[in-house]
Amino acid sequence: MAILIDRHTRVMTQGMTGKTGQFHTRMCRDYADGDQCFVAGVNPKKAGKDFEGIPVYASVMEAKQASGATVSVIYVPPPFAAAAIEEAADAELDLVICITEGIPVRDMLRVCRKMEGRKTRLIGPNCPGIITPDEIKIGIMPGYIHKKGRIGVVSRSGTLTYEAVAQLMEQGLGQSTCIGIGGDPVNGLKHLDVMKLFNEDDETDAVLMVGEIGGSDEEDCARWVRDNMNKPVVGFIAGVSAPPGRRMGHAGAVISGGKGTAQEKLAVMEACRITVTRNPAEMGRVLKSVLR
Amino acid sequence: MKIHEYQAKEILRAFGVAIPRGIACFSVAEAMEAAHKLNKLDRPDKLGKGGLWVVKAQIHAGGRGKGGGVKVARSLDEVEQYAGQMLGMQLVTRQTGAGGQAVRRLLIEEGVEITREFYIGLVVDRSRRRVCLMASAEGGMDIEEVAAKTPEKIRKIFIDPIAGLTASEAGDIAESIGIGPQAVKEASELLQGLYRAYDATDASLVEINPLVMTSDNRVFALDAKLSFDDNALFRHPELAALRDLDEEDPAEIEASKYDLSYVSLDGNIGCLVNGAGLAMATMDIIKLYGGNPANFLDVGGGATAEKVAEAFKLMLRNPELRAILINIFGGIMKCDVIAEGVVAAAREVKLGVPLVVRLEGTNVELGRKILAESGLPIISAANMADAAAKAVSAAAAAIPETPGPATGRT
Repeated sequence: MAILIDRHTRVMTQGMTGKTGQFHTRMCRDYADGDQCFVAGVNPKKAGKDFEGIPVYASVMEAKQASGATVSVIYVPPPFAAAAIEEAADAELDLVICITEGIPVRDMLRVCRKMEGRKTRLIGPNCPGIITPDEIKIGIMPGYIHKKGRIGVVSRSGTLTYEAVAQLMEQGLGQSTCIGIGGDPVNGLKHLDVMKLFNEDDETDAVLMVGEIGGSDEEDCARWVRDNMNKPVVGFIAGVSAPPGRRMGHAGAVISGGKGTAQEKLAVMEACRITVTRNPAEMGRVLKSVLR
Repeated sequence: MKIHEYQAKEILRAFGVAIPRGIACFSVAEAMEAAHKLNKLDRPDKLGKGGLWVVKAQIHAGGRGKGGGVKVARSLDEVEQYAGQMLGMQLVTRQTGAGGQAVRRLLIEEGVEITREFYIGLVVDRSRRRVCLMASAEGGMDIEEVAAKTPEKIRKIFIDPIAGLTASEAGDIAESIGIGPQAVKEASELLQGLYRAYDATDASLVEINPLVMTSDNRVFALDAKLSFDDNALFRHPELAALRDLDEEDPAEIEASKYDLSYVSLDGNIGCLVNGAGLAMATMDIIKLYGGNPANFLDVGGGATAEKVAEAFKLMLRNPELRAILINIFGGIMKCDVIAEGVVAAAREVKLGVPLVVRLEGTNVELGRKILAESGLPIISAANMADAAAKAVSAAAAAIPETPGPATGRT
């Protein structure tokens, strides 16, 4: 079933009635089987109403019980987004995808602490979301650039992921699932978590892993790949030319204390037998070259 | 967001962190007045015998001591002399770049008799999703160097955000770096104060280098660095007010007004990209093809034509600029919106450099049409590699010939 989501997934939207939420709920609903997937919205002030036929409930728990949704997508503004994640975790949803950019790190530290040992998985925040092409998209990526296929994509970025997908498409390669794990320093699923899922997925033949400067998630993932992965992995890291100590757009894209450089990540990935490219225009072609 | 040392110390003091007495000054006269005030002998909290001051230049960059921005004065004459030297100087440190940073503020502090120096840092550990307290007996040194050469000398503790830093954890880590029993209680209270300050102010970094012990076994934060999470400033207006625009790059200040994410670099090819990852990748590919990016610029996902126009103008202010590369993968952002912004900006500002544009994604045909019909001399590119190659060669061709040595001229 690809990973994490498919056409049978039922989704509620937290923050559906805001401008961003409305726009993207419409786009998601109109994509592939989205019509049957997006079944509920949450807004305590608008409970009992609906958005173009999608009913609005007062709380996540109520939405879950009434609609059967087990996945949530969050467009709530930054000051309230962490509380929205926590509410979804408290309602024991399977998966929460938080699109919101700009959540304070302190809020994420607390909510991640509370989610430890719980069943709910978190994607994001500050991410484009997740798509299983031709079935369901949950998030803000343009659906039409994707096509169903057998390549998994995991990335910290938005548009760079679209670029990667477009390059795969040029090579005639569709995707099983594409996940943007987000550009924040403290987030939910990491490259490693997603890589494990792709490794176990029958519908994924190879993985394209796109990282960037900051932190050590890519290195952690690479070491796991070296010891456990039974599928080819291709990697690119953005920010070889980024100066140290400067935040490059994403809150998490910063080389601090000399750590988290692209060069270091690429070296570790290469040493762990991941096929890396230093040319962002070559991601698709290199992926194609490693297919058996 | 960064703040000055004296501001950081005021904040930390409010959280019970022991700090030597000090006064921020903007002129030599103020510095003299401060030195007099600090030297009054009847203050119960006074350290030592008086007659010892530290004059510290206040700029955001680190490494001030080596650049001559921290001086110990043993007389009021020396205070006057050092304050006069520092105010207005361009202080060059390993973090400022060759041009240095102008000194406009000083901190005059009472001198402390130091017997030992330690390092304390608080920062988020991303993989553990915890605030990490780092402590080392190698105080006063460059901690990055210590971490690289002797990582075993850095003790770490990962703080549970719900429990906070407990007294016993703080005591343990103080002992582990060799703070003796006479000072452990005071040190652990200081560490707890630091964590409380970190947490309450939404800090992204607290660094005390050095934390010092005096001959009478008291501990003080002799230096203090404090930075805040930009995403949390909305709930700390009093901290946001501490922003010092003199310390920031004028282009980056301008960019922040329009909510553009911009970082000045030292190359000559301007980049305008949507999305941080793609913007970095665009810089990388320019470099890979032998060019040098002039900036990082992410116009964001929901940019309007106006925002794009402002971004465009911002790049054109750079006198080093030799070419512009626009790389857009339209998802939410539509290519026609970008194209309209570019055309509007190019008409408004005189476009003196070659412009390479690569558009892909939503409404790409419409976007390309707008550019083609604009009459502007736009070099269009089919993909990222093509765009980078064209921008690099356009920039190289646009570099004016360097004048030869002035031989044979009078």
